[in-house]
Amino acid sequence: MSLPNSTMLHVSSSPHIRHEATTQSIMADVLIALLPAYLMGVYAFGCRALLVMLVTVVACVLTELIYQKLMKLPLTVGDLSAVVTGAIITVNMPANIPLWMPALGGVFAILVVKQLFGGLGHNVMNPALAARCFLLISFAAAMTTFPETFRTLFDGAGVSAVADSGAALDAVSSATPLAALKAGGEVNIFQMIFNTHNGCIGEAYPPAILLGAVYLLVRRVIHIRIPGIYILSTVGFICLLQVISGNTALLTPGYLVAQVCSGGLLLGAIFMATDYVTSPITPAGQVIFALLLGLLTAMFRILGGSAEGVSYAIVIGNLLVPLIEKVTVPRPFGVTRKSKKAKKA
Amino acid sequence: MKKLTFKRGIHPSDEKYFSKDIPIRLIPATGDMVYPLSQHIGAPATPIVSVGDEVLAGQKIAEATGFVSVPIYSAVSGKIKAIAPHQTTTGENATCIIIQNDGQNRWINDTYRPDYPDRSDSDYAEKLMSSERVKHMTAADIRAAVREAGLVGLGGAGFPAAVKLTPPDDGKIEYFIVNAAECEPYLTSDDRLMLERGDELLYGCEILLRLFPNAKCLIGIEANKQDAIRSLSEKAEKHQNIFVKPLKAKYPQGGERMLIYALTKRKLNSTLLPSNVGCVVINVATVITAFRAVTLGQPLTHRIMTVTGDAVASPCNLEVPIGISYDRVLEAAGGLSPDADPEKLITGGPMMGTALFRLDLPVTKTSASILAMRRDPVAIDDPTPCIHCGRCLSACPERLVPQTLSAAAENDEFDRFEALGGMECIECGSCAYVCPAKRHLVQSMRYGKRQTGAIIRARKAAEAAKAKEEPEKGGKEA
Repeated sequence: MSLPNSTMLHVSSSPHIRHEATTQSIMADVLIALLPAYLMGVYAFGCRALLVMLVTVVACVLTELIYQKLMKLPLTVGDLSAVVTGAIITVNMPANIPLWMPALGGVFAILVVKQLFGGLGHNVMNPALAARCFLLISFAAAMTTFPETFRTLFDGAGVSAVADSGAALDAVSSATPLAALKAGGEVNIFQMIFNTHNGCIGEAYPPAILLGAVYLLVRRVIHIRIPGIYILSTVGFICLLQVISGNTALLTPGYLVAQVCSGGLLLGAIFMATDYVTSPITPAGQVIFALLLGLLTAMFRILGGSAEGVSYAIVIGNLLVPLIEKVTVPRPFGVTRKSKKAKKA
Repeated sequence: MKKLTFKRGIHPSDEKYFSKDIPIRLIPATGDMVYPLSQHIGAPATPIVSVGDEVLAGQKIAEATGFVSVPIYSAVSGKIKAIAPHQTTTGENATCIIIQNDGQNRWINDTYRPDYPDRSDSDYAEKLMSSERVKHMTAADIRAAVREAGLVGLGGAGFPAAVKLTPPDDGKIEYFIVNAAECEPYLTSDDRLMLERGDELLYGCEILLRLFPNAKCLIGIEANKQDAIRSLSEKAEKHQNIFVKPLKAKYPQGGERMLIYALTKRKLNSTLLPSNVGCVVINVATVITAFRAVTLGQPLTHRIMTVTGDAVASPCNLEVPIGISYDRVLEAAGGLSPDADPEKLITGGPMMGTALFRLDLPVTKTSASILAMRRDPVAIDDPTPCIHCGRCLSACPERLVPQTLSAAAENDEFDRFEALGGMECIECGSCAYVCPAKRHLVQSMRYGKRQTGAIIRARKAAEAAKAKEEPEKGGKEA
């Protein structure tokens, strides 16, 4: 039996079959999962949200392309990771932001946070969130001014602002539910969950974010461990901190629902805390990481000056990942504590 | 019945439909036969024939060299042509005995033929079993017969079967486990053996159980082989102490440590042998060959191979003479599809098998299959950077962190590799299978294991030398 003359056999190390998932397909899944939340943002804040997306994604992709061309590196924009970064920056922006700001954020995310650290897989912080923090520090006013008018699904707001607490709010902006809450507003649970509300483009409608989460969970792109523990522990630590500081009266169910549905917690827990590169790989490490994020978020929200704290919490958590991983290496199958010690001795 | 299994692992498509319904067919020995002296783990066998000698089929041509070694038998009659280096499937030139096949198929003893006795007689196995000689065989006789037959583990690694069957203390063995998981995709030879030679398997278990007075026999079969489970469960009813256990179809269910855990919940690591946790694990084909060795004195001259894949004209299961070349086996199977120009040929399963670079190589005792694929789904993938997704970790049945380990190996950080448990890796390929960045994880792990293994051995040798030196010194001072 001789082989056809044209036959050129491939020789490689086993295994000789592979699962069809690729980095690209995973990134595409993340984009699909972001779609419902983003579309509800477009519904709530108008076509301006489309423009923000366009500018940010183009800025991210171009930055990666130009950098890699200049540095004579292999071009990797095809893996869609720059598009994901752009999309995540977008959903973290107020819709009326001056367009050069998210564009600058995109350049910062890709150039400084991602490429200078070695590109995909080597960044120590989530590029999109680092960019958001960068913009938040540099242009605090623009980043926290949310458009006044927007479409809602129903009449009414999740948290009704208290009339005389307007001092904290800009004249031409309307408050996010969390800002209104901090100022002492009242919560309507139904409105909070099922109505669109003010904030960044991606956090307009909680059920849409959850739909994306279900998609990612079903496709096994993410595991429930990080987002689940993060959200629950945030609520837990908020309760704890309020009890310690003697504000037990504040802890109504409505208050907690508003804490979960607003301030970017859902978006952060599902799309950003689960970022592969900047979250721990070990199961125990993921639990520690999520608890840490919950604690930090609760502290920033309750003790800090601003109403929000998700972005900073995740970015700080990202920096601790190598340490967390180092102390949470699982013990191999069949290796007992005793036999490991015996080996060392 | 509840399906037993282990934790983690992967679910590749099993692709067994190609050949699972095709009965085993015996093919004639054609062409010159090539027998590498090292077809097993342990010392290479020592030739006992010289160039020019006439040999018969079933005749011993090389003798075991020490305890961890096995003899080799010819599957054809003919003349010794050479004892010289010949290329094998691993790519190395190993010393081989090459026999010029006279094509006459003359056997040294007709009961050694692979098709003896006639299997159309429904109780042939029972008859073999009930002979006076077999009834009175002691444990030592059984081990000697297995040893003399040149039998090795036919499932994969090729460890001498007699050594496996000789644990330090027979009385401490509680489970005699038959590995019938056949978890590698495409392979169907064990499945066919269970369906067609179930009686040989069960009587084989009965014989081998005699070695272990306190053991019961568990046959672990993956749930994707329902026919085998049904047929063996029925037959096992009349055998004492033999139980068929369905296992979840999951890769690598047939890994020794995974199988033992699934069936007994006992855990093994790389420093332990199955006998340390009261188990002996033997593959289906090995038990059947042991049955024939004990009842008929038959040596290992043939084995079952699956010839399969989308580039093969008619996928099938063949009983092939060991020593034949791969291209003859493929020819006997009907060759490649006329329109196929395969990109990859594999011997063994797609998860742990070896890619073939040519076909004029000898079939050995551990050759499980020829798998011909039109498209090669892996060699064309360029690895991209690790995105730290953790899929390798959730797939690893050994609970390792392949991502970190392979990075340690690639950077030559062998201390770290060892500290992270790298030596526990069984090279099953689950991590590389799931990796979305298509990284060559198994390749790095193999490199890491090889280098680290050498360092560990050197360290142990140094320690042993030191330990030897010290008491001597002490003696002088006193």
